[in-house]
This record gives sequence, structure tokens and C-alpha cells, in this order.
Amino acid sequence: MQFDPEVAMTVEQQQREQWATRAGFLLAAIGSAIGLGNIWRFPYVAYENGGGAFLLPYLIALLTAGIPLLILEYTIGHRYRGSPPLAFRRMSRPAEAIGWWQVAICFIIAIYYAVIIAWAVRYTGFSFGLEWGDDPGTFFGEFLDLADEPGMVSSYVSAVAWPLIGIWVVTLGVLAFGVRRGIERANKIFIPLLVVLFGALVVRAVTLEGATLGLDALFSPDWSAITDGSVWVAAYGQIFFSLSVGFGIMITYASYLRRRADMTGSALVAGFANSSFEILAGIGVFAAVGFIATASGVAVADVATQGPGLAFVAFPTIISSLPATPELFGVLFFASLVIAGLSSLISIVEVVVSTVQDRWGMRRERAVLLIGGAAALVSLALFPTSEGLYILDAADHFINQYGVALAALVVVIVVGWLLRQLPSQRAHANSTSAVPLGRWWLVVLGVVTPVVLGWMMYDSLRQEFAENYEGYTTGFLLLAGWGVAIAAIVFGLAMSLFRWRAVDSEPAVGVEEGSR
Amino acid sequence: MSTGAVIMLVLAILIVWGGLVTSIVALRRHPDLPEDHTP
Repeated sequence: MQFDPEVAMTVEQQQREQWATRAGFLLAAIGSAIGLGNIWRFPYVAYENGGGAFLLPYLIALLTAGIPLLILEYTIGHRYRGSPPLAFRRMSRPAEAIGWWQVAICFIIAIYYAVIIAWAVRYTGFSFGLEWGDDPGTFFGEFLDLADEPGMVSSYVSAVAWPLIGIWVVTLGVLAFGVRRGIERANKIFIPLLVVLFGALVVRAVTLEGATLGLDALFSPDWSAITDGSVWVAAYGQIFFSLSVGFGIMITYASYLRRRADMTGSALVAGFANSSFEILAGIGVFAAVGFIATASGVAVADVATQGPGLAFVAFPTIISSLPATPELFGVLFFASLVIAGLSSLISIVEVVVSTVQDRWGMRRERAVLLIGGAAALVSLALFPTSEGLYILDAADHFINQYGVALAALVVVIVVGWLLRQLPSQRAHANSTSAVPLGRWWLVVLGVVTPVVLGWMMYDSLRQEFAENYEGYTTGFLLLAGWGVAIAAIVFGLAMSLFRWRAVDSEPAVGVEEGSR
Repeated sequence: MSTGAVIMLVLAILIVWGGLVTSIVALRRHPDLPEDHTP
């Protein structure tokens, strides 16, 4: 194939943007990984699945799936230097569809993830006057103007729309400034701030009366749990969804690394940092849960929960019951949610922006305005509505299971088995990393991860067909659940059919070429 | 708190936070090599 440097230039535009420092890249990668799931999902998953004994399957999942997958995404992004469609197309032309699929997944997640951050912004404000009153559950429903039945959009909720506009302005503003001056600088502020705010919250939580009751519930080991297959599925699922692997973020972020970057070492730091925050969140959340159980004379099991119910109903109840400075505790909690969410949202939207830049040779500002603006408009049209919570819930469940997790399964099968690329990716990682990857990496990614992800897929499909998710109607799920997940796949396949001349005329990327 | 819970709490902190500190120290010992200037 003839190489025409002029044509190739249209893909890379000028030189690809780069992180200013290694710490900057790491903070951005950690900011992406630490999100709402660390705070409102991990503590409950651990508590439900063996408590202290969950640590064992959790650590095994981190070392045999989480960090190996992170390394794989780093090497793909670094070696092929592109957003997911470009990186996969450079790897092998048909694989480009996976990249577009991941971009569609990011677009979908971004439009609903933003609205949760908008709720948290409002709740940060509500904290000052404890405005949720005595019945935070009813308050939350009224705040969202929640419809009785799931369905399509019927009425608009401006109380959510305004903060949502703010979230999009901040996110797109950060992205418009670019990798160094935008994403890197924002995360250098966000991550230390998050650790300080959440750290202060944890210190306050563990000194509350009854905190040890909650911690006892979270950490008491139930060793019989580790012989239960579903506990292992929960551990791998938690690691997997918490680390932001499977939808191209780490490929995109790693494409901005310098040629000589330690990928294995970076993956270890990012993976352990994410889990460290998760443990911290578990301590903070369950100390607070122990306090409210003691104060209201009920068992921890009666108050422990997860997701929006934990953040927007259980936590306001806890905050209002605090003996001193409840307002401060509320602000610490909701501001932590906002910061953790924003740094993740930025990374999700960056995948889409970077792809538009790569594919159509667009300048960053223009790409941010066009595709970021489009995402913001869809987000603003669908979610600050009475049905927003239902649409969000269905879309989130289906895009996670049959988007993020399924795409990761497809990646390990295609890269590991069809293209047989794992040995060369390993060589690429080893060419610039201090800690060499052994053969174990090939085994865990080639065998362990596909088996576990395949089992997770089977297990979740089985449940899907046994009963409708959350008891929603089949018609609603076909549209907001299955429809969304399938649309992402169709979009991926369709986009890969177009010719991409600039990439096809490039020379093949080899290990030597990629690791100069 | 029960003894079992205290042990697991301490183990979780030691292993996970210890893992983070160890991996940061290991990475800092190996600064990225300087760029060569070939495009």
C-alpha cells in the first residue's frame, strides 16, 4: 500500500495533543475511574456479598481483570494513538466497529450521567437549609416532579434543567481548553479537592455515635459467601464498572501519552487509587448508616441501600438527624458527588470529542461545540422531565450490561482470539514499562476475563428474560432499554462501513513503530 | 466491632492503600525516559 504523508496528516491534524506531565495523566485517569459508583454502589455491593469476606474476590477481580484490562486499553490507545474508532481501525479494519460502538455508549452515558450531577448540585444547595424536611423520599419525588408511571416525556422540570445547563457549560468549557489546559488542569484541582472534602466527611462519619455498628456490618466476614458464584460475579462486576474500562475512555486518554510512558506502572496506580477511594467511601457511608440505624433504633439492614436512593433519600435523612453542623456534612457529601461525577463526565464526553476530531479532522473547539452541544441538547430534552428518572434507570441498566460489559467481552475475544494481538500488545507495554508483564497477563485476558464476562452476560440475560427489569412494561423497556443498547451496536457497525481514506493509506503500525 | 470485622477493616486498608503507596513509589523510581525528537 502506498503511503501518502499528506493524507495521513489529515488524521493526525497537526501533532496529537499530549499530557504535560505523567501525574497529570494519572490524575485524569483516576478522576475518570472515581465516579458516583465508588460512593453509592461499592459500599452496598460489598455489604450484600459477604462483607469483609468480599475483599478476597474483590482483590482477585482487581488483579485478574481490572488492572489487566486497564493495561490493555492503555496499550491500545498508546500504540495506535487515536480515539477508539481510529485506534481499532489501525489495529484491524473490521475492528473499527467496536470503536464506534464505544463512542455511542459514551454519548448515551454522558446524556444521563450529567443529570445526576445536576441533582447533586441542587442538593448541595438544599443542604444549607436542610430543605428536604422530615420526609426526604417524598421531597425527592416532588423535586423531580416524578411521574407515577414510566413512559415517554410528558412535562418539563425547570428546577433540574438549570443546574443541568450549568453542568454542560462547565464540562464543555473544560474540554474546549484541551488536554493540557482543560482536562489535566481541572483534574489537578478536582482530585485533591475530592480527597479533602470526602476525607473530612469520613472523619466526621466515623466519630458519630453508632458508626462502629455500620462498620461492623460492612466488614464482618461471612466466609460462606466466597463459595457462592453470584458473589464472584458481583466482585468482577464492581471492579469492571468502577474502573471505567470497556467504553474507550482509557484508550482515548492513553492516546495523549508521550511515546515513552510507563503503562503497566500507571495502570497499577490508577487501579489501586480507584479501589482506595472505594474503601474510603465504604467506611464513610457505612459509618453514617450505622449512626442513623442507632439513632432510629432499627437494624443496619433496614437502612442500607445504594444508588440514587442512598444519595438523595437515605443521606438527607442521615444529615437531618446529625447532632451538630448537619449543613456542613450535607455540603461535603453532595459536593463530593458533584466533583466525582464531573471528572468522570469530562472523560466520557472527551471520547466523543476526540473521535470527531480524528474522523473529520476538526479543530477541538469546533468538535466540542458541535458534538458536545448535541449531547447537551439531547440531555436537556430528555432528562429534566417527569419521566427522566425512569428513562435514566432503564437506559443505564441496559447500556451497562449490553453496552459496556458486552463491548469489553467483544474486545477481549476479538483482540485476544480473533486478531491474536495480546502478545504484541504485551511486547508494546513491556517496551516502555519498568515492570514487565509476564505470561500471566495473556492468560488472565485471554481466558479468565472472557469466561467471567461471558458468565456475567449469560447471568444477566437470564434475569432479563425471567422478569422485566424493575417491573417496567415491555414496551417501555424495548424503547428505553433494549432499543438504546441495540442502537449503539447498529451505529457502531454502520459507521465502520464508511471509507476512511486517510487511515487506509497509512503504513501498518508495528510494535517498533508504535513504541518509538 | 467484632474482632473479625476489625481484622478485615485493617487488612482492607493495608492491602489496598498499601498497594497504592507501593505502586506510586515503584512508578516514581522509574521516571519516563526523555523523548527522542524523531517525529
